[in-house]
Amino acid sequence: MRNLTDKAREAKDKKAAIGPDVDLATFTAEPVAHDYVKDLKTLPVLDRNRLIQAGIDTSESGRSGTYIQMDTAVVHSHAKQEGLEVIPIKEALKKYEWAREHYWKLVSVDADKYTAAAELNLHDGYVIRALPGAKAVWPVQACLYLDKENISQYVHNLIIAEEGSELHVITGCATSPHLKRGLHVGISEFFVKKNAKLSFTMIHHWAEEVMVRPRSVGIVEEGGLFLNNYICMKPVKSLQMYPTTHLVGKGAVARFYSILVGTPGSLMDVGGRILLKAEDTRAEIIARAITNGGTIINRGDLVGEVTGVKAHLECKGLILNGGIIHAIPELQGKADGVEMSHEAAVGKIAQEEIMYLMSRGLSEDEAISTIVRGFLSVDIPGLPPKLQEEIDRAVDMSSKDVM
Amino acid sequence: MLLIEDLQVKLGEREVLRHIDLQINPGETHILFGPNGSGKTSLLMTIMGYPQYRVTAGKITFKGVDITNLPINERAKLGIGMSYQRPPTVNGLKTRQMVQICAGERNVDVEGMASRMNFTDFLERDINAGFSGGEIKRSELVQLMAQQPDLLLFDEPESGVDLENIALIGNTIGKLLQRDFHTEPNKSQVQRKKERTKMGLIITHTGFILDYVTADKGQVLFNGVLSCSNNPTDIFSCIKVMGYEECVKCAI
Repeated sequence: MRNLTDKAREAKDKKAAIGPDVDLATFTAEPVAHDYVKDLKTLPVLDRNRLIQAGIDTSESGRSGTYIQMDTAVVHSHAKQEGLEVIPIKEALKKYEWAREHYWKLVSVDADKYTAAAELNLHDGYVIRALPGAKAVWPVQACLYLDKENISQYVHNLIIAEEGSELHVITGCATSPHLKRGLHVGISEFFVKKNAKLSFTMIHHWAEEVMVRPRSVGIVEEGGLFLNNYICMKPVKSLQMYPTTHLVGKGAVARFYSILVGTPGSLMDVGGRILLKAEDTRAEIIARAITNGGTIINRGDLVGEVTGVKAHLECKGLILNGGIIHAIPELQGKADGVEMSHEAAVGKIAQEEIMYLMSRGLSEDEAISTIVRGFLSVDIPGLPPKLQEEIDRAVDMSSKDVM
Repeated sequence: MLLIEDLQVKLGEREVLRHIDLQINPGETHILFGPNGSGKTSLLMTIMGYPQYRVTAGKITFKGVDITNLPINERAKLGIGMSYQRPPTVNGLKTRQMVQICAGERNVDVEGMASRMNFTDFLERDINAGFSGGEIKRSELVQLMAQQPDLLLFDEPESGVDLENIALIGNTIGKLLQRDFHTEPNKSQVQRKKERTKMGLIITHTGFILDYVTADKGQVLFNGVLSCSNNPTDIFSCIKVMGYEECVKCAI
């Protein structure tokens, strides 16, 4: 661990390769005490509503476990199903060798000042693990919540689907209604072992002055499947992330889906990189971006390193009411016989579609919101219906705001 | 009743319709003939209210309301509906949702309507995405079944339809226009005809539709002018033998 601390110290001023630089010193990383909540039903109503918006079900029906962290403190953490584990990372690092083995294994602690700060100021984070062969009946839910004005929250998460297991995680990040300014730095490391299946759905609800710097890397072994869904449709000052996944085993598959809505004043720089390093691996990155005044930079990078891999990248943007969408799709084929393609489009809503719907009785506004809703809706093969419903619900709520 | 009086329409700078007069009474169906580019689709789009078709003179009245400057959705609400030849794809909008949109507040049996058109498999697909010509026509008809308009505008409903489906499409149009023949207790066919309220305007190139749908009148549009109004079968036979130009001449 000392080695990590030293490396982190050396990188603490290292600016990130992309995205505006955040002055970490302008936020407070001091721990904030929050009481542990044994029964989720006793959470204050106001908070509960914010949690629901971020996909957290406080009744826990249809959930296999829950982790909730408020500011720097864990307020709830437990698994409901045998074979699943939900443990705060600080506790896990103390108790378990396997946790220490996975910690900083995929993300470099000295990647930039944010990874460094996450190590030096680690508040907590979750470890969600499915034991070998365990199949989650329902998704595990996790929430990282910002409550204290001007806080910086540093978390580190490990998500591990052991061999032959199936794990679904829905994670929401949200802020208290009163919170204006804050910083969230989250390190996430995903391990999808042989023949395991992991779906990870993240819904972000930030506030207008919140800066967000997630850093995540995943690895998928032979026969594994990793679905990574990201939804951010609410204002955020600056969000920059470039999650990366390595497909290292034969037949491994990764699919990234993202839905972004850029509101005025928001800057979102969201990428996705999948490296296809083993035979028969498949990758797909699908992004939908809408701006009505914000700036969205949508990056995607597929790297085919061996013969016979297949990968596709699709990035579609709609400019509704001012704003900028910058699509940067990249393909790198490094071997004979790779099949890789991309499709990027930035445009506006076609007048013809609006009128078609109007001729079926919708008003112009109803027609536009129907088209927006359709544009944002993506069917994600392999995602449990319950989670597809959550995504549809988030999109429904937000596509109304877009208007 | 649909009443069009001395209608003149420009698309961009081009005059596409000139001095159009047309009256469709409740219960009547008219067939619109005309060569490519004669303005048939323009006439339908103008009646539906597409704003790029600029009305420079004249007037359109529907059910006693001057609709010349009404937006498309107000016309739909008044009871005008259209079956398009090449409608746009709306990504992410399922056909099932589209049929429900057509039904508005009404409760409709989407499954039942789709199954009558052999279209159940398409309900979960994005509307018009990758549909063949014939599939588009069936989709449009399912939508009109849900919408139940009083004036139905059909833009070449038989184009791209295979022989197997032409009867299905023709008979469905007949039903939508209350022109199908079936027995009803205590009601003679004459009585049923008298009670017809639906109005139709059908563009056809091939005339195949005439095998399935009876019509009251045929209209020939030539160079933006409605040049002839007559029995639809007569007109069609004349066009087949003489061509549009000659047919128009003889009628005038």
